[in-house]
Amino acid sequence: MIDRVVAIDLYRVMRRIRRFEQRSTTLFGEDKIWGTIHSYAGEEAIAAGVCAHLRDDDWITSTHRGHGHCIAKRADLGKMYAELLGRETGYCRGRGGSMHIADTSKGNLGANGIVGGGIPIATGAALTAQQTGTDQVAVSFFGDGAANEGTFHESLNLAAIWKLPVVYVCENNQYAESLPVSKAFATDDLASRAVGYGIPGVNVDARDVRLVYATAGEAIARARAGGGPTLIVAEAYRHEGHYYGDPQHYRPKEEVEIWRATFDPIINARAWLTSDGVATEAEIDAVDREVDEETEAAIAWAETGPIASPITLEEIYASY
Amino acid sequence: MPATEAAATEAPGATTELFYADAIRDALRLEMHRDPRVLILGEDIAEHGGAFQVTAGLLAEFGPQRIRQTPISELGIVGAGVGAALTGLRPIVELMYIDFSGLAIDQIVNQAAQNRFMFGGQARVPLVVRTQGGSGRGNAAQHSKSLEAWFTHVAGLKVVMPATPADAKGLLTAAIRDDDPVMFIEHKLLYRTKGPVPDGEHVIPLGKAEVKREGSDLTIVTWSREVLFALEAAATLAADGVDTEVIDLRSLVPLDKETILASVRKTRRLLVVHEAIKRGGYGGEIAALVAEDAFDDLDAPPRRLAGAETPIPYAAHLERGVIPQVEDIVRVAKELVG
Repeated sequence: MIDRVVAIDLYRVMRRIRRFEQRSTTLFGEDKIWGTIHSYAGEEAIAAGVCAHLRDDDWITSTHRGHGHCIAKRADLGKMYAELLGRETGYCRGRGGSMHIADTSKGNLGANGIVGGGIPIATGAALTAQQTGTDQVAVSFFGDGAANEGTFHESLNLAAIWKLPVVYVCENNQYAESLPVSKAFATDDLASRAVGYGIPGVNVDARDVRLVYATAGEAIARARAGGGPTLIVAEAYRHEGHYYGDPQHYRPKEEVEIWRATFDPIINARAWLTSDGVATEAEIDAVDREVDEETEAAIAWAETGPIASPITLEEIYASY
Repeated sequence: MPATEAAATEAPGATTELFYADAIRDALRLEMHRDPRVLILGEDIAEHGGAFQVTAGLLAEFGPQRIRQTPISELGIVGAGVGAALTGLRPIVELMYIDFSGLAIDQIVNQAAQNRFMFGGQARVPLVVRTQGGSGRGNAAQHSKSLEAWFTHVAGLKVVMPATPADAKGLLTAAIRDDDPVMFIEHKLLYRTKGPVPDGEHVIPLGKAEVKREGSDLTIVTWSREVLFALEAAATLAADGVDTEVIDLRSLVPLDKETILASVRKTRRLLVVHEAIKRGGYGGEIAALVAEDAFDDLDAPPRRLAGAETPIPYAAHLERGVIPQVEDIVRVAKELVG
């Protein structure tokens, strides 16, 4: 049975991510955000369940669909919105935008616009932990698409031979942009790839944050104790298109409706929180209200920030 | 005697004749003794001592945790270097041939070079990618290229190309201490060249060219192995009454514009020489810089002498024919002053 405080916090983090994405979408529609954004809606249980085990001095690498990881790693929502709005007060002072948000103070080594780009970087962070003899761990989040990039293979092998304290979390949201997993893999069991590297591999249903939390807890504890890397494949469904405005010609509307109705880790959590007597409907409603209020406060703060300042050489080179 | 002890006991200003490869190893050893955060990742760098014997003996001295021999995974190991650099180490990743950098290019260009900027200045990436390029050993097209121009075109990278053993030691020391990613590009035919190298700590700041020979009639700007060719050509030219100044850039990025412009304003003629293919080569950047900033000081149009626009061929006579030789430099220099 999951601890009550942990359970409610997992719900709160998932709800915070969902609300962040909903409001990002409306801000995009109001032309306040430009470029591109990729919604994490539907996959919240992965970031929440994994990051609940991480300390501020543990590292993560994230993806183009990175808002959820950033929030789960306890980023400041105001600074995230300020980045999306191109403000000086944003995490990256308006230089990076949605696809490059990083918060090194919380161990977030960045979203990444290159599919699979973060996998070796997390591996290198784990190398730092091993080299300096700390018990820090690194987690790399990436999608099913990235599992077919060369970085996946090279990094998992390197971490395996060196027993690095890193956990690879493959978020299988069923589509690599427009390509369904059925056309990208000749197996349904993506975690079986771990066998080839001599490391543990496990599939987990990311509809239920409790399962993700338990699976990640085991893998992270093993990494922290010097037991080496793990591959976790979290099965999820991407509620929205690949990017905001994606016409989604590659999947039928009915499919999306069915999956949204049956695969929603937040609705799922609300159900078990109440049925298991962890929290009452009223208590969960209160969490929802708090999240909505903090989100609006974050947006309001972000909108008052000054626009991004001119670029200086010092941010391109530390010394020149 | 370990180099650190040598530094403590020998007189200031003392030098030792070293091969270029040994000078590089000297810098690696000194920095690894000085800073426990420095480690080396690369293929065949342990018992084998590296493809060019640069890391020979380092495994015995520093152990397998700091001399990390890796599988053949260029993308993975450069990426691990980026991650290690972002989190507090000072990794040196050896890419056996610069031709293999294509396998690792995403981590060099999209990650290492841009992390600091993309993150709004939050990050430092003190990563050195040590590699070597150039032709002249019959290694043919996939092991002989001069690709420095690729990397000079990426904001966020520094590009260093030493020509002498002393410069190799001093510049590598500076590169390891630098908080930005540095492409440190050696030349396979320089490893067995010899020269005096300062004992003990030797640091040459990045971004400082060196006038390797002073002259008044013509400025040759060059780097890496062509520096040796240019100096040989200058000796021949001197016998024919042409007084040539030879500038070794040493760092392509940052670029020492002042030294180039001061020289050209004195000699009023510019010849840029490099081994890399002329089209899109860094020589075009130097020529354009001089044309923009010192056009009125020139007595002749800037000239470029560079590699032929071909993959590097195998046969010895063909290989020699596609990069500038001493006699080519002499010929073009005479045309320029004539």
